[in-house]
Amino acid sequence: MNIAQKSTFVLNQRHLLGIEGLSSSEILGLLDLAEEFVALNRQIEKKQSSLRGRTLINLFFEVSTRTQASFELAGKRLGADVMNMSVGSSSMRKGETLIDTAITLNAMRPDIIVVRHHASGAVELLARKVDCSVINAGDGSHEHPTQALLDALTIRRNKGRIERLTVAICGDILHSRVARSNIILLNALGARVRVVAPSTLLPVGIERFGVEVTRDMREGLRDADIVMMLRLQRERMNGSFVPSTQEYFHYFGLDQKKLAYAKPDALVMHPGPMNRGVEIDTAVADGAQSLIREQVEMGVAVRMAVLEAMSRTLPNA
Amino acid sequence: MVTERRPILLANGRILDPSRDLDIHGDLLLADGVIREAKRGIGAAGVPEGTEVIDCKGKVVAPGLVDMRAFVGEPGAEYRETIASASQAAAAGGVTTIVCQPDTSPVIDDPAIVDFVLRRARDTSIVHVQPMAALTKGLRGDEMAEIGLLKAAGAIAFTQGAKSVTNAQVMRRALTYARDFDALIVHHTEDPDIVGEGVMNEGEFAARLGLMGVPTAAETIMLERDMRLVALTESRYHAASLTCAEALEVLRRAKEQGLQVTASASINHLTLNEIDVGPYRTFLKLSPPLRAEDDRTALVAALASGLIDVVMSDHNPQDVEGKRLPFAEASAGAIGLETMLTAGLRLVHSAELPLMTLIKAMSSRPAEILGLAGGTLRQGSPADVIVIDLDSPWVLDPAELKSKCKNTPFDEARLQGRVVRTIVAGRTVYEYV
Repeated sequence: MNIAQKSTFVLNQRHLLGIEGLSSSEILGLLDLAEEFVALNRQIEKKQSSLRGRTLINLFFEVSTRTQASFELAGKRLGADVMNMSVGSSSMRKGETLIDTAITLNAMRPDIIVVRHHASGAVELLARKVDCSVINAGDGSHEHPTQALLDALTIRRNKGRIERLTVAICGDILHSRVARSNIILLNALGARVRVVAPSTLLPVGIERFGVEVTRDMREGLRDADIVMMLRLQRERMNGSFVPSTQEYFHYFGLDQKKLAYAKPDALVMHPGPMNRGVEIDTAVADGAQSLIREQVEMGVAVRMAVLEAMSRTLPNA
Repeated sequence: MVTERRPILLANGRILDPSRDLDIHGDLLLADGVIREAKRGIGAAGVPEGTEVIDCKGKVVAPGLVDMRAFVGEPGAEYRETIASASQAAAAGGVTTIVCQPDTSPVIDDPAIVDFVLRRARDTSIVHVQPMAALTKGLRGDEMAEIGLLKAAGAIAFTQGAKSVTNAQVMRRALTYARDFDALIVHHTEDPDIVGEGVMNEGEFAARLGLMGVPTAAETIMLERDMRLVALTESRYHAASLTCAEALEVLRRAKEQGLQVTASASINHLTLNEIDVGPYRTFLKLSPPLRAEDDRTALVAALASGLIDVVMSDHNPQDVEGKRLPFAEASAGAIGLETMLTAGLRLVHSAELPLMTLIKAMSSRPAEILGLAGGTLRQGSPADVIVIDLDSPWVLDPAELKSKCKNTPFDEARLQGRVVRTIVAGRTVYEYV
């Protein structure tokens, strides 16, 4: 049984490469459409047919179980034929270039390609070479638009709104595409955004992004409604960004004590995967204030909404 | 396209000779490969029989350009550029002397390889080629190359190519030794550790693009170190490519102190800034990277005042495969032999720079610094001359460029002014029709 669709939202651009370039009404349109899919996904009969006959290719140059699975499920629930290509597959290991892979896939006439790549700008480069629609599932340190959308949906469902909320994003901002997309989206919707990190993990020029900047967790979490933690990759120790995970956790890791600096009803988020004991401790990650599991559920709904909104403007739609 | 050598009279032009600050209306007579006379109204009576008379009304007649930094692919990278193709590009851009980099394969650290380059140039090039030699063996940065023998073989200067010598002791010894041979060291100033994985100028724009940045300090710190070494060793030194206001301050202090220091800036850093990278355009990925607009304007002002002595093209041909990659993975570099002058004219048209200063920085100053005979229209000098149309508008089509690689930052740019004739040793080697 198909839930009657109330939203007629259409995404009027061929690609979704980032939050940059989306208007606040487009963002809200996607969130509202995603709400419908949350309800649908909780039914037994989840299958829709809006993408029936369409081909979706997941092209993941960087390993990711969660995002890839999320897109695969989203595509299949909308009735699409989904194909997964990931970095383990042979031609990528043979050193075929990004452009050649794009041209090859394009020749197979897919409708939508979802791409994740370790280099900033790579998804845009690929999008210029194909005729179909491209969704950015994360490019280097640049953008991860569907993550920011699912984070916004999660926040809105739990707090009722986004504007005038104080959101503290904590961790490796320098290397984080999740941080960048979230900063752009939350600012567009009127939230008050704060970033908390050691100076070595802040990009030069971060003040110009319209955020408050602090190197102190107590100050950073004060009056925060949402505390968003970012993963610290272990390679950062090698690059002389931070001296050790122990020191990092002591000053910047989220535990019950630091969480108490925020509002009593503050909620905790994390894009995953978590490094327990490095940026967040288990008690908080699994605790009552954690929205981490809900984020994953919202992820499928948001990706269905993006695919649905895009499908409405595909050729021969 | 090398014509038979007849005397040439370039008539009715605006004669610009930066070596004497000469800017007059008149005629220039070239014969037997040298400049005979420059004055008003030489007229038909004053010329030898068989002289080709070329009307240069409305055009500028200037010395051929001396490009102090160009990578030419021979030996080892002929798929990117050969001496022949580079010379075609040079001629089309008004460059009559190419000073080429030694980071070839093999590196130019042996007199036999200097000899190879000079012979290949003699046989295949339509413009003059002056090779620079490696400052250290293999460009490995740890042992001095045979500066004496290389100079005797014809190396015009010594450089570490597109990198810096990071060992200060090696640099000190090299400066000291080179002084004995009156050899010039041309040094690229970039601390590789601070550069790290940086791929464009550090700042807000890089942060938005999610790209690692290179702070200007990488350049300033290396230049500062070198200035101390130059003071210590009382040697001559030329900074290969400066890009930022901070480094210009260091240069200014060094010159005020009386150190024998000169410097180049690339045409790219004078006419472009970090914003031109736009949506990850790899043709704008350069090393050192394009900087902020404030740095660009400081660089132009430094050129106008003479603090920066030389403008070079930093010609660096990179093939399509190297550029058609995500920005962080793409090769750095842009071609420039053919477009250096035209791009420079933008600064003249926008009144940021007088024409005389631009031409001087591209001809007489590099010739003086390197001890070359060109860059001047004095009587008896080599007949390396160009004729420039300052005003004609055109759109750059990369397919028309003569370089083997087409990685130009001026792709489809609207330009104003171009070289219409290039004469080397008294023969026309390029003519725009």
